[in-house]
Amino acid sequence: MPGEVILDVRDLHKSFGALKASDGISLNLRAGEIHALIGPNGAGKSTLIKQIAGGLKPDRGAVHFMGRDVSALSVAQRAHAGLARTFQISALAMEYTVMENAVLGAIGQSGRTFGFFRPAMKDRALLDSAAAALERVGLTEHASTITSELSHGQRRQLEVAVALTLAPKAFLMDEPMAGMGAEGSRELTGFLQDLKHQAPILLVEHDMDAVFALADRISVLVYGKIIATGSVDEIRSNADVKTAYLGEEDAA
Amino acid sequence: MLPERMINLLILGLLLAVPLVALAMDEPFIITLATKAAVLAVAGVGLNLALGQGGLVSFGHAAYFGVGGYAMGILASHAQSYTPLMEAPFLIEGTKSMLVIWLVAIVASALVALLVGALSLRTSGVYFIMVTLAFGQMLYYFAISWPAYGGEDGLSIYVRNGFPGLNTLDPIQFFGLCFAVLLIVLFAVNLLNKSPFGLALNGAHQNEERARTVGINVYRLRLTAFVISGAITGLAGALFADLNRFVSPTMFSWQTSGEIMVFIILGGVARLCGPVAGAAVYILLEHVLGGLSEYWHIYLGAILLFVVLFAKGGLVGGLSRREVRHAG
Repeated sequence: MPGEVILDVRDLHKSFGALKASDGISLNLRAGEIHALIGPNGAGKSTLIKQIAGGLKPDRGAVHFMGRDVSALSVAQRAHAGLARTFQISALAMEYTVMENAVLGAIGQSGRTFGFFRPAMKDRALLDSAAAALERVGLTEHASTITSELSHGQRRQLEVAVALTLAPKAFLMDEPMAGMGAEGSRELTGFLQDLKHQAPILLVEHDMDAVFALADRISVLVYGKIIATGSVDEIRSNADVKTAYLGEEDAA
Repeated sequence: MLPERMINLLILGLLLAVPLVALAMDEPFIITLATKAAVLAVAGVGLNLALGQGGLVSFGHAAYFGVGGYAMGILASHAQSYTPLMEAPFLIEGTKSMLVIWLVAIVASALVALLVGALSLRTSGVYFIMVTLAFGQMLYYFAISWPAYGGEDGLSIYVRNGFPGLNTLDPIQFFGLCFAVLLIVLFAVNLLNKSPFGLALNGAHQNEERARTVGINVYRLRLTAFVISGAITGLAGALFADLNRFVSPTMFSWQTSGEIMVFIILGGVARLCGPVAGAAVYILLEHVLGGLSEYWHIYLGAILLFVVLFAKGGLVGGLSRREVRHAG
């Protein structure tokens, strides 16, 4: 049941001096799927995510999103088009309450950054959108907590909630499981399994159990090149992948 | 510990009470001091929007203060000498009307802030501080070397400009006018801080990446804040010039930029009435300590050091408790 292609990365190249961080990367994300991107440390996963999100300009290649070339768009413009990103290390406004962080997302989505007069925290439309996102990730009761007081796991939940306020068409998630306990990981796994039906997820993740449990497709990135893309079983049985990546883990 | 709103009312109440008591005791000089505090507070509130809410440490806000001052000086000097500013291609005359002068001051300083901001906001951190400082100093030296408007000696305006229905030369009436301007500016800035724009501005200050990732154009957001900030400080400059009936290049100097920053640090960074408290305390110290010693800045330095080290929220932050601005 291959869905419609939402995000299409075409032949990305990016070098830092002699280091080829992206060496002709092509991959796509289809509606309804979780596409996991795995690879050893230093394989160029973060560099790739940054290029897709718009924070880093590739030397060559293009990113198409929702059928249009977004290569020339900024981070903000891509976010506005519905490309929602969560960070490996939580990027939140730490002095704001949980609700204010979610409202910030709703403001960005509404395109009303230049509303000067009506108080944001009394605006029904913004509050409703923010409250719905908090409800979805289970942070409703923490709405008036200052973000810096949240636990690590709750911050990850809030990251996802803020992404949800963007009415996303696709998610880019950079290690959402990082630093979560076993139970937190399991809960999040269930949540993402459900979330992918709303918008597909390109997932960078180190937790192999989570990847094998969640992913519909997996791409393996090694030294800036994708050496294999396929289903969980295909990747598990792929000889190249075993030597390049899984083998290392077994040895370790 | 009181809610911040109570502290704000207390600060404004005190600033209003002092000149009224001084009026009863027939002490016009005290009224003038209070007026100076109110006017400098407006400048501080302007800078606080960029520095406190936006995290844009501008060390060149004297530029807008000076532009506002010279807008008043230039317009009023032409009016008092009955010479037009220019005749060709169309006639522009000077004016003694405060309302017109304020409008010109606001527009001119906003334009300068737009130019400075558009360039300086491409940098960040120390570079941003240095670029804004450099623009301020450029205008300072320009004012010194511009003989048409007094050069280094500045410009004297003999009669204070007029406001409909008021005798602006009466100290208490002029104080009332400046205090009203301060209240209007505070009201507007408070509205701005709570608006989606303000939430986004402070959000981008706390985490720039976050703001971008939710689709906010951070550059445009900051540039807008910078222009509004400069315009408010420019309005304060016009009032300050009218208070002294004198304009000089000192208004453009980096010491002026530093003083405006000191109001904010003393009173409380990003606190609505922080600059008001800061400016009032500054004027008080200048008056009291300045009477004791010419080197009163030494004591000011010690106090500033104390605030920065031990009371980070300044006066307002130290006295008020933290509030959540919405219901759970």
